Amino acid sequence: MEAPMELLRQSINPSFTMNAPDIMPLPSFPAFATDFKSRTMNPITTGTSVVALKFDGGVMMAADTLGSYGSLARFPNIERLLRVNDSTIIGASGDYADYQYLRDIIEQKVIDEACQDDGFGIKPKNLHCWLTRVMYNRRSKFNPLWNIYVVAGLQDGVPYLGYVDKIGTSFEAPQVVSGLGGYLALPLLRDAVEKKPKMNQQEARAAIGDAMRLLFYRDCQAFHKYHLGVITKDGAKIEGPFEVDVNWDLGYHIHGY
Amino acid sequence: MVRNQYDNDVTVWSPQGRLHQVEYAMEAVKQGSATVGVKSKTHAVVVALKRAASDLAAHQKKIIPIDDHIGISIAGLTADARIMSRYMRNECLNNRYSHDAPLPVNRLISDLGNKMQVCTQRYDRRPYGVGLLVIGYDEQGAHLYQTCPSANYFDCKAMAIGARSQSARTYLEKHLDTFKDCSLQDLIKHGLRALRDTLPNDVELTIKNCSIAAVGKDMNFTIYEDEEVEPFLKAIEGEERRGGAPPPPDDAPPLPAAPPEEKKEPTEPVPDVAMETQ
Amino acid sequence: MSSIGTGYDLSASQFSPDGRVFQVEYAQKAVENSGTAVGLRGKDGVAFAVEKLVTSKLYEPGANKRIFHVGSHVGMAVAGLLADARQVVEIARTEAANYRSDYGNDIPVKHLTNRVAMYMHAYTLYSAVRPFGCSAMLGSYDPHSGPQLFMIDPSGVNYLSWVGEATNGKHEMVPEPMFREAEMYAKNALRESDSEGEM
Repeated sequence: MEAPMELLRQSINPSFTMNAPDIMPLPSFPAFATDFKSRTMNPITTGTSVVALKFDGGVMMAADTLGSYGSLARFPNIERLLRVNDSTIIGASGDYADYQYLRDIIEQKVIDEACQDDGFGIKPKNLHCWLTRVMYNRRSKFNPLWNIYVVAGLQDGVPYLGYVDKIGTSFEAPQVVSGLGGYLALPLLRDAVEKKPKMNQQEARAAIGDAMRLLFYRDCQAFHKYHLGVITKDGAKIEGPFEVDVNWDLGYHIHGY
Repeated sequence: MVRNQYDNDVTVWSPQGRLHQVEYAMEAVKQGSATVGVKSKTHAVVVALKRAASDLAAHQKKIIPIDDHIGISIAGLTADARIMSRYMRNECLNNRYSHDAPLPVNRLISDLGNKMQVCTQRYDRRPYGVGLLVIGYDEQGAHLYQTCPSANYFDCKAMAIGARSQSARTYLEKHLDTFKDCSLQDLIKHGLRALRDTLPNDVELTIKNCSIAAVGKDMNFTIYEDEEVEPFLKAIEGEERRGGAPPPPDDAPPLPAAPPEEKKEPTEPVPDVAMETQ
Repeated sequence: MSSIGTGYDLSASQFSPDGRVFQVEYAQKAVENSGTAVGLRGKDGVAFAVEKLVTSKLYEPGANKRIFHVGSHVGMAVAGLLADARQVVEIARTEAANYRSDYGNDIPVKHLTNRVAMYMHAYTLYSAVRPFGCSAMLGSYDPHSGPQLFMIDPSGVNYLSWVGEATNGKHEMVPEPMFREAEMYAKNALRESDSEGEM
């Protein structure tokens, strides 16, 4: 049955029959599915890289304050770091609305935990695992949350740093930079750690500051203001916004664009 | 038995504000053979008395592993306990999947309590006819919980449930203060002594009718069955019971391997109640 | 209670000839049988106290708490069947969470009490379920409304309360001077809010 229909379909050139009187109704052919649904195909308001690294006795994370609308610098004062509890901070790249959605859920999770009042709280490893499940689950429904999350904290006193992206890829690393910064700033951080394997907090701040400056120079969706999250045994704090000190003097020597 | 018009449904309150159906379900726990739980700072232990439905049947298992860090011992309807243990395993597994961590014992218990409560409030359900002793170890140390058909649960230092368990509780209350700093060995010995106190004088704990399980620091939930139980039984052999009854004289006839809990002619295994209790 | 035992007291969905729903009254009896819970609203906060009935020394001291967190701003003390009460606490937490997800704010405790009371009331309407055998007090403090205290009983009635007592009428459990003082304070507060036209 199928084969003759297919032949018939091929033999009729639509351009010949489209204005012809309807002598005989053409059979309709299911050439492609029409009941498809389109899900998120691209992010809308986005944040760029999150930069994070472990240092001696803690973890540090930075994200600039810009929400971009395409290449338009649309919202200059947003916060992309979330203090989850005393030992955990997360940072988000990508779609800001998706981040806000998940932030509300995480905040409710924290309230639920507090209600139990049993001394158990969510630790960075648990949250990283949970985020991975959520992200992979959404991607498997072809409806991803368009983010990269960086989870930083102290897991029973030991620095923890994890990454999970919109397709559910997840790993732990001593330095994590999400998004474009993965190409630009990560080598810088690795270099700094190689030169000084046991960084103290001050040195880590300097390394993060350098990375943020580099990103502001090179990533056209980066911004000169950023928040800094620090987790040590004294707790988790989000500081800032800080400004990167920039020097554009070099600009005079650049020609040809 | 006193009957009244308020005891037919779980959904009916008596004029005194009681739920007779729930109270009857509590009785099912007492039909099951005894089980005892004790805990120290670092370990939690359950010991259980097993029954065989007939001479042709093996002794029914009473201790069910839930996760690496949690296990239960049951008294009451075995079938109900299996439903509950399936739920508990699921909860533990889900937590490992979603949070990469063992489920804290108290959270498992409160989830279970809320699940059980529903069965005490609906016409189309009945309460679970089983009591559990749940032992577990998590970041906050060793735990022992008792759950009831009424959906109540209790955080315990030590506990015994099941048939004739009052004698075991008497033993436990007497030695309550020593448990906290006990070694695992001593904890098991206390458990066995308490369990032995629930037995009639002419019945002994044997490797057939007794199981032991423990969980604790750096130790997954482990069940000791059959020959594995022997060294522990040896350790309390010959001690006097209930702080009074003399140990059996040495010239007493040796006890048969399978304890004749009830001396009766071999018959078809007819359960005492509508559903079999262990 | 002359109608007891005449068969009109076996279902929550049945009135007795003199217009009462006995099953609800019996459920309230279950609350009376339990330990007392006291809630007290002061100038700058709400305090709860519950009687602790220790039935066995084999239990841990912290076993079976009867005061719960509902959210960061609401606490709840209960009396009656604890298993039932925990279910009610769970409902309250879910309601608080839903409100937060919808409106991004803490649920006003007045609203929360209403929602939970509606839920408990629903269990007094059908023969397929039984009324909850518990009462609950909800206390909260927020800068806008100050300290607030509400109570719900098995019938699903909820009251704005000054001395909440979750054991239905056992006022004598509350020390006399404390009760008088609380009553005075509460009446003043009511008068104040009356003149503000809020009530």
